Amino acid sequence: MPLTFNDKIFDDIQKGKERWEKELRKAFAARPERLPRFITVSDREIDRLYTPADVRNQQYMQDLGFPGEYPFTRGVQPSMYRGRLWTMRMFAGLGTAEDTNKRFHLLVKQGQTGLSTAFDMPTLMGYDTDSPKARGECGKCGVAIDTLQDMEDLFAGLPIDKITTSMTINPPASVIWAMYIAMAEKRGIDRRIIGGTIQNDMLKEFIAQKTFMCPPVPSVRIITDTVEFGAKEVPKWNTISISGYHIREAGSTAVQELAFTLADGIAYTEAAIERGLNVDDFAPRFSFFFNSHLDFFEEVAKFRAARRMWAKIMKERFKAKEPRSWWLRFHTQTAGCSLTAQQPYNNVVRTAIEALAAVMGGTQSLHTNSLDEVLAIPTEEAATIALRTQQIISEESGVANTIDPLGGSYFVEALTDRMEEEAFGIIDKIDDMGGMLAAIEKNYPQQEIADAAYRYQKQIDEKERTVVGVNKYVTEEDIPVEILEIDEALESLQMEKTRRIKNERDNARVRACLERVGDACSGGKNVMEDVIEAVKAHATLQEVCDVYRKVFGEYRDPGIY
Amino acid sequence: MSSIAEKVVAGDIRTVARLIRDIDDGMPEVREVLKELYPHTGNAYIIGITGSPGVGKSTLVDQMVGHLRQRDKTVGVLAVDPTSPFSGGAILGDRVRMQRHSMDPGVFIRSLATRGHFGGLTQSTRSAIDVLDAMGKDYVLVETVGVGQDEVDVVRSAHTTVIVVIPGMGDDIQAIKAGILEVGDIFLINKSDREGADKTVSDLRLMIEMDQKKYEEGGWKPPILKVEAVFDKGIDEFLEAVDQHAAYLAKTEGGLDFRGNRNKVREELREMVKARLLEEALDRLTKSGEFDRAVELIVEKKIDPYTACEDLVLPVSKQ
Amino acid sequence: MKQQKRRVRVMVAKPGLDGHDRGARIIARAYRDAGFEVVYTGLHQTPEEIVEAAIQEDVDMIGLSSLAGAHNYLFPAVVQLLRERGADDIVVCGGGIIPEDDVEKLKAAGVKAVFTPGTPLDQIVKWVEENVSPRS
Repeated sequence: MPLTFNDKIFDDIQKGKERWEKELRKAFAARPERLPRFITVSDREIDRLYTPADVRNQQYMQDLGFPGEYPFTRGVQPSMYRGRLWTMRMFAGLGTAEDTNKRFHLLVKQGQTGLSTAFDMPTLMGYDTDSPKARGECGKCGVAIDTLQDMEDLFAGLPIDKITTSMTINPPASVIWAMYIAMAEKRGIDRRIIGGTIQNDMLKEFIAQKTFMCPPVPSVRIITDTVEFGAKEVPKWNTISISGYHIREAGSTAVQELAFTLADGIAYTEAAIERGLNVDDFAPRFSFFFNSHLDFFEEVAKFRAARRMWAKIMKERFKAKEPRSWWLRFHTQTAGCSLTAQQPYNNVVRTAIEALAAVMGGTQSLHTNSLDEVLAIPTEEAATIALRTQQIISEESGVANTIDPLGGSYFVEALTDRMEEEAFGIIDKIDDMGGMLAAIEKNYPQQEIADAAYRYQKQIDEKERTVVGVNKYVTEEDIPVEILEIDEALESLQMEKTRRIKNERDNARVRACLERVGDACSGGKNVMEDVIEAVKAHATLQEVCDVYRKVFGEYRDPGIY
Repeated sequence: MSSIAEKVVAGDIRTVARLIRDIDDGMPEVREVLKELYPHTGNAYIIGITGSPGVGKSTLVDQMVGHLRQRDKTVGVLAVDPTSPFSGGAILGDRVRMQRHSMDPGVFIRSLATRGHFGGLTQSTRSAIDVLDAMGKDYVLVETVGVGQDEVDVVRSAHTTVIVVIPGMGDDIQAIKAGILEVGDIFLINKSDREGADKTVSDLRLMIEMDQKKYEEGGWKPPILKVEAVFDKGIDEFLEAVDQHAAYLAKTEGGLDFRGNRNKVREELREMVKARLLEEALDRLTKSGEFDRAVELIVEKKIDPYTACEDLVLPVSKQ
Repeated sequence: MKQQKRRVRVMVAKPGLDGHDRGARIIARAYRDAGFEVVYTGLHQTPEEIVEAAIQEDVDMIGLSSLAGAHNYLFPAVVQLLRERGADDIVVCGGGIIPEDDVEKLKAAGVKAVFTPGTPLDQIVKWVEENVSPRS
């Protein structure tokens, strides 16, 4: 076949690069390159120079297109940050509902545009503060929510009909969401008006974050109940935030994060379709949550690849017709695992670089970690610096002036293509295993992540990888950082509050409500209305979760190392 | 009786745990304790469970413990995991799946590493079984990865040996055929909700039935059962098969008494003698310097290894 | 029964409800690669469950990992229970997200060492080799 004009240009460039590299190598004898391998955070080897020949197969209209248009590589909204900046959504939660409420009011006053709730471990695991399993944990890494009263106190004085609320909650997501809906309705706000997100992504819990309650199959069943309920009753709510964040924090590579997250999304979509829902009725309410790690270009490429991949998956695999179903909207959090306890002020810089990558990658909302997050729950001062970091990026740096500013970079485009190809390879492998549930049962993603995490740590220990302040530029002196301490007395206060509510409520009504939840669980009826009724009757979080545990059984750690 | 043996018989957990450590570490002084414990052994029913990695042995053992506890039986578990040939260390991860029983005083769980000592695994595990037996456990469950001869030998010292497979493991069934098919008293297809379970059953049946001799002698016909350990399905039926096998054993020579069966005693004693002889002979040759001298001579090409071996062994074996 | 060198046995345990097990799993591998025998408890263990398992397994050390802030209750509870069971010869150390001030409190409560994020694996292994000896 005769060469076309374009092919000839690319071949000339390729030949030119080979000639240039040959010359360059001659000089290596006297002055070699700094490192034997130039690698990303994910151990991907990077070439010394990228040229148009690296993206010769890319077709602009087909592979990149325009913002707001398929395949959305350059952004989901047509105007992106020129229309509206990303939502600055700082994750907050500590102590009691009243304590966190104060922090929320402060954040809103400082210009934050969305709320994000961190719950304490007992709440995340579906236990009340008075459970023996909860000893010593109350309020430690988030707010304790036992009853509807706590939910009401948490959002007291906040305009929940105007701001959106994200809640990082998984096994008991249906119960916490029910409490939020119940609270809104008690205030006279229609459930069709409230907006927000529940994380509600159990698959990544089995894979990475390990906050689990019931086995995978019934877990997906409850999630599908919420998806169905949301599509019909709470149309402005994002019912699942399909999360790669924790997969990455557990030590995966960027491509694994991409592949496992989208494979989880595929599994939820399949479950909802199996339920009889039309893909375009629920897919627009799926949102995503990614990590932004330190390798700037790799992260930007990851976000761009994710958008293009999900658009293809929804359009081609699931035949979604609604453009909003093709959208991959995502929240980003900077990488907690990249922060160091040594020289903690360096964490401000790390977070700034990561936040910049998220913005250049087109995120819809962003949480920037505080410098002390690796030591304890952030102090107000540290949380403010983290928020200011986003404000400097958005309003001083100028990076939000144009859409997808790195699009067209040979390096970024080549990396985007390559990561997409590799991630689809992993998704194919999971499909061959019979889907994500089967892959999880085989411990496939768990094992892959454990291996990657160990490899990464070894590279740090062997100084193949630099971590400033940890294995290079180490200083002896301790830099004091003010630490926020959680009052140990809070546990008994919270227990007392819950006990009082249990005494004052109509216990016969609670029992009847819980029985109906149990019937819905075993009978296959959507649980949501019954759970809302139960929490309105002041059934506690654990009481509802105990019903789940009783009907569906408990999942235990398979212990993959 | 020494105080250690007394405490073991009284069921003192710390003492039992430490004694098993001493056995595992090959401390010579444990021999005296084991002698004292011997009259207190012979009461436990021992079940060996083996199969390839990933077939769900630990989950199965976890469920067995649960069911045996419901029958008011006390249980000891020995979970053997392979030692890393590179570092000599090991991650003993089986316990994770059984940890829910850790607060139950009727259950004692111990993880052991294979450690790669010659013939020693069988020996030390056998001794650890005796300790759990002497402490009064009604059942002792021994779990190993059925890969090496050592591990196979371990499960052979059980009353009932259980081989676990999962559907769709064609090659693995071939491996069983080559190695441990003949030691299986019960075959379990775990994860039997998966595709191919029926084919695995028929493959196994075919292989077992090729072993005609057993039927001609009116021997035990190994049943092939389906279970789903994760969902606690089929465990009662499986334990009933164990009971049937126990009833069968009771009618054979020695009955349920391990050390009443000449073949089994012969086998055990042979292993013990072999290990002890090897240990003492090597110990002596190493201490006298003869062993190292022979190594030097071979390296210097002054002697061939065959002659060197003869020179070392003959004087020892004549004694 | 060939006497061999006694091998160090350690337990890596995750007390409490925190599910962050990346560190615990990496440490378990590092211990294995250092030649130790490592018993891993898995997630979501109460102090009672950890201590009972440690006694049954006759380990020389328990390494506790916590990243969700409940270390002030959980770590000392393990030390205390070991004492009550007469097993306080088992060394307890800990790691995770633990503020400087708490490190001192934990040490005062009997936790022998506390490793915070960023501590190199070989440093942790070295500490075990120097401070934990297989029972003799």
